[in-house]
Amino acid sequence: MVDPTPIPVAETALAVTGLTVSYAALPVVEGINARFPKGTMTAIIGPNGAGKSTLLKAALGLVPAVAGEVRAFGQPVAKAMPRIAYVPQRAAVDWEFPARVIDVVQMGLYRKTGLLGRMTPALKAQAVDCLARLGMADFAQRQIGALSGGQQQRVFLARALAQEADLMILDEPFAGVDAATESAIITVLHALRAEGKTVIAVHHDLATVSAYFDRVLLLNRRVIAEGPTTTTFRRATVAEAYGNTLLTSIPA
Amino acid sequence: MTFGAEFVPLTLPPLVIAVLAALACAAPGNFLLLRGQSMLGDAMSHVVLPGIVTAFLLTGSAAQPVMLAGALAAAAVSSALIEGIRRATGADPGAAMGVTFTAMFALGVLLLETSGAGAVHLDVEHALYGNLEGLIWIDATGWASLADPAALATLPPELPALAIATAAILGALALFWRPLTIATFDEGFANSAGIPTRWISAGVTGLTALAAVAAFSAVGSILTIAMLICPPATARLLTDSLPRQMALSLAIAALSAALGTVIAGYLPLALGLGFSVSASGSIAVLSGIFLGLAATIGPRRRRLAAAP
Repeated sequence: MVDPTPIPVAETALAVTGLTVSYAALPVVEGINARFPKGTMTAIIGPNGAGKSTLLKAALGLVPAVAGEVRAFGQPVAKAMPRIAYVPQRAAVDWEFPARVIDVVQMGLYRKTGLLGRMTPALKAQAVDCLARLGMADFAQRQIGALSGGQQQRVFLARALAQEADLMILDEPFAGVDAATESAIITVLHALRAEGKTVIAVHHDLATVSAYFDRVLLLNRRVIAEGPTTTTFRRATVAEAYGNTLLTSIPA
Repeated sequence: MTFGAEFVPLTLPPLVIAVLAALACAAPGNFLLLRGQSMLGDAMSHVVLPGIVTAFLLTGSAAQPVMLAGALAAAAVSSALIEGIRRATGADPGAAMGVTFTAMFALGVLLLETSGAGAVHLDVEHALYGNLEGLIWIDATGWASLADPAALATLPPELPALAIATAAILGALALFWRPLTIATFDEGFANSAGIPTRWISAGVTGLTALAAVAAFSAVGSILTIAMLICPPATARLLTDSLPRQMALSLAIAALSAALGTVIAGYLPLALGLGFSVSASGSIAVLSGIFLGLAATIGPRRRRLAAAP
């Protein structure tokens, strides 16, 4: 409705229109309009408190929105959820939970097994394969509490891979991970994009935006700019998103 | 008098009831522990009292179903209160629970003391320690009574009621094991994977309430709290596998209950002591000892300490 030349519905993986989220009457994000075309990889960038995680959670219906509409693959997002994989922040869970690496990855198969569904040998092999794609096959039987932060992040991504989703939404997948993990994750995400899957990730490291992502969404409670990295990820727009704090914090 | 003639009517019913109550509480306790909701068990076992007293005052009956309905109603009211306080004030869930359950327990004691209910079989002591020793099987004459339908019909009514509640709790946990585990580990992901986490959360509260209610009238609130948390916490220190933790917690709960009942029944006598001890109390103490042992010499404790 905002876009003067509407993109055909089938080409948009996720369409957010007029999304507003408030915590205790204070708007966290306001009037968000964004289109995430299929087969693209978008970084959501903005300062702390810009509402990046909130935007993702509200788009998925995990936190209630005050206003707005979200459609995925042309359907209401609740209906399209089986095609979406969500990777929460690593810190969102207690890693002392009594579970092995493979148990967590198998959680990604929940929609296939259902309430009473049994883990078939094929599904078990699929879970191991997802771990292998992130170089974690040897850790399958390891206790999750015994992993490093980067390894935990890779387990989360393996779980999302097991969901075989068309749209993957990640909340800070590169936060506090080692270089080996970062390269393993980006390889997998780029492979997904090559398969035509859509990737949306909250990202913090401005230095790697251009190398990793083909699109950016600059956010600071509202959308500052959205578009291809080459044209949108410019000094002026990024400075606007960060409220110029990046520049003003540096002596002239 | 043979051993059976004394054991079957006097010790066996309390023992079986204690074991059932321990199993009913320990099973959902595993999930309370992992969800950081241990306080919920405390809350549920306390709010049961005003429910029971109110049900008695309204109906004049102390029958099992009436007590159960009153207690469940009180549990529902307290859940709503806790949620309401949390939403209205933004208070920490633990704080909301603490306010609710102490106030409701105090209300229960007040009702009990000011009304005539205390004169019947309801009193504060029973509320705290239960009445395990009173749950005897008068008509039993020995082991043969276990096969005698006429004698079985006179079993304490708490026993079949608890058996049904325990079976229901264990069955529900087994049925919803996978979504419950996923929602407990990672609620955001569980939501996105199509698991109705609100219902799961309400279900855990409901099962805890059912366990507390079913166990309360037989074993009292102290043992209920101890059994909700001690066996799962002990098992948690002994293993890093959730299925094993569940199995271990049930074994520890049953062992504490059986051993505690027998100790309370025979140990003071065997030692020639002139006093008796409460069965509920000795079960709770045993479960505490098991937890202490696991915390000090458990394998998981050592592994964690050795980890970098």
